[in-house]
Amino acid sequence: MQARAQPGVGTRSATRNGAPDKRQFAWIWRAVWLACLLPLLLLVADALRDALGANPIEFITRATGDWTLRMLLLTLAVTPLRHLTGWHWLVRLRRTLGLYAFFYGCLHLTTYLWLDQFFDAGSIIKDIIKRPFITTGFAAFTLMLPLAATSTNGMIRRLGGRLWQRLHRLVYAVGVLGVAHYWWLVKKDITEPLIYATILAALFALRIWHARRMHRTLHAQTA
Amino acid sequence: MLIKHPADVAPSDITPRAVFDARRDFMRSSAIGIGAALLGAGLPDKAHAVAARGKTLGPLVKSPYSTDEKLNDFDDITSYCNFYEFGTDKSDPARHAHRMATRPWTVSIEGLVHKPKTLDIDDILKVAPLEERIYRLRCVEAWSMVVPWVGIPMSALLRQVEPLGGAKYVEFVTHLDPKEMPGTRRQVLDWPYVEGLRLDEAMHPLTIAALGLYGEVMPNQNGAPIRLIVPWKYGFKSAKSIVRIRFTDKEPLSSWTKSNGREYGFYSNVNPEVDHPRWSQERERRIGEFIKRKTLKFNGYGDQVASLYTGMDLKKHF
Repeated sequence: MQARAQPGVGTRSATRNGAPDKRQFAWIWRAVWLACLLPLLLLVADALRDALGANPIEFITRATGDWTLRMLLLTLAVTPLRHLTGWHWLVRLRRTLGLYAFFYGCLHLTTYLWLDQFFDAGSIIKDIIKRPFITTGFAAFTLMLPLAATSTNGMIRRLGGRLWQRLHRLVYAVGVLGVAHYWWLVKKDITEPLIYATILAALFALRIWHARRMHRTLHAQTA
Repeated sequence: MLIKHPADVAPSDITPRAVFDARRDFMRSSAIGIGAALLGAGLPDKAHAVAARGKTLGPLVKSPYSTDEKLNDFDDITSYCNFYEFGTDKSDPARHAHRMATRPWTVSIEGLVHKPKTLDIDDILKVAPLEERIYRLRCVEAWSMVVPWVGIPMSALLRQVEPLGGAKYVEFVTHLDPKEMPGTRRQVLDWPYVEGLRLDEAMHPLTIAALGLYGEVMPNQNGAPIRLIVPWKYGFKSAKSIVRIRFTDKEPLSSWTKSNGREYGFYSNVNPEVDHPRWSQERERRIGEFIKRKTLKFNGYGDQVASLYTGMDLKKHF
């Protein structure tokens, strides 16, 4: 985490534009990191006190899937939120959020492969081929792999900012596939997948709106 | 008729509810104790709905159709239910079904019959001796349970009205009251819930009008006060909280078929050879077990019911 030095500004007080200083950011980052871990801790606590209901495997699958989607949407919310608030330091939380989405995605996939299917390769392959919601879920996870693998500062340097940024646009596809995965799983009541889809669409709309605005401003300046 | 599983389970072998509950409570409080010690806090138990104790039904006749498999415990059966009238989450029925008044309750039996009747639930309880029927229940979502139902043969109830010769099908309609049933305030399905059987399926000795479980009056979330149980079909065929039974000459259009005919057919017999687009039907998770078990054709009741479908292409008539 590289915090930009702000010369002439006290270390304890907030810097210009309301951006936190190095020390404050460290605390914010820790709080976010812990908050993202909390759903897992609560799930483990529920498991320990036998409170996962009649079908614990289904419960764990649902919970880890829900949190993968939520983390993914939070990751995708960082840039629009920056544009709306002008809090550009938020971008420094994005990697943590994105990696947590990947982390919950790993737990979700592991639950399916291990607890649900018990590594029955034949049945898993059939599922991936035949069931659209599993196909999309699997595709979403696969696309997260290169993103997680290139999430380090070293990889950003090696790839170069431009290429890295292009590669990481895959996260949009992951978002769409993730929501489709949930939508197609649901038997009848699509309320919840609809909520995720609406948020995703709103986030995309905000990005497009911002890009257009920037474009116009740029034109106005160059004209 | 060949009966594969004779009743080799003595009444005394069935664990009474009280013992089951005590055992479960002990295990749960131990688990809570360990969890609390680890967390340093006792958290409220949210996943288990507390089911009110029902009135005991009895005496019960044992049935040769009962399985001797290990029963699912009362808590699981009453906390994990699909009853969309109360909400689409499996925990919703246990939370909301107490609002449904099950007395007074009448069932109107009508259509192509000699003597249409409206029967009071308390009279239905006396139509035939109450039997305990321990059946496997297989949900289309690839999970299953073993449930000790209490009920009477559906045929005993249907004979009350003397069906006409032209009657080929029977339609079952579920209670509908948006005040009592929060799930029906949204058009998730086309309410009221409708299910249907062929007449010979409805009259089959395995088919029962269930009035209770675990020797007690049916809990509301499981379809009180009277529901259909057809153990060789996916669970959704077994309509709950029935208020109307109608004999017809046309195949009834069930709610699920109406909402998605590609996925839910009229017959919906448990069949590992016919895949559902969302779930493989080859295997199922018995609630309480870790490794999935193989799903049996007709849910293991093939010896009794396969002959109903002789000559039919069950892939086409899924």
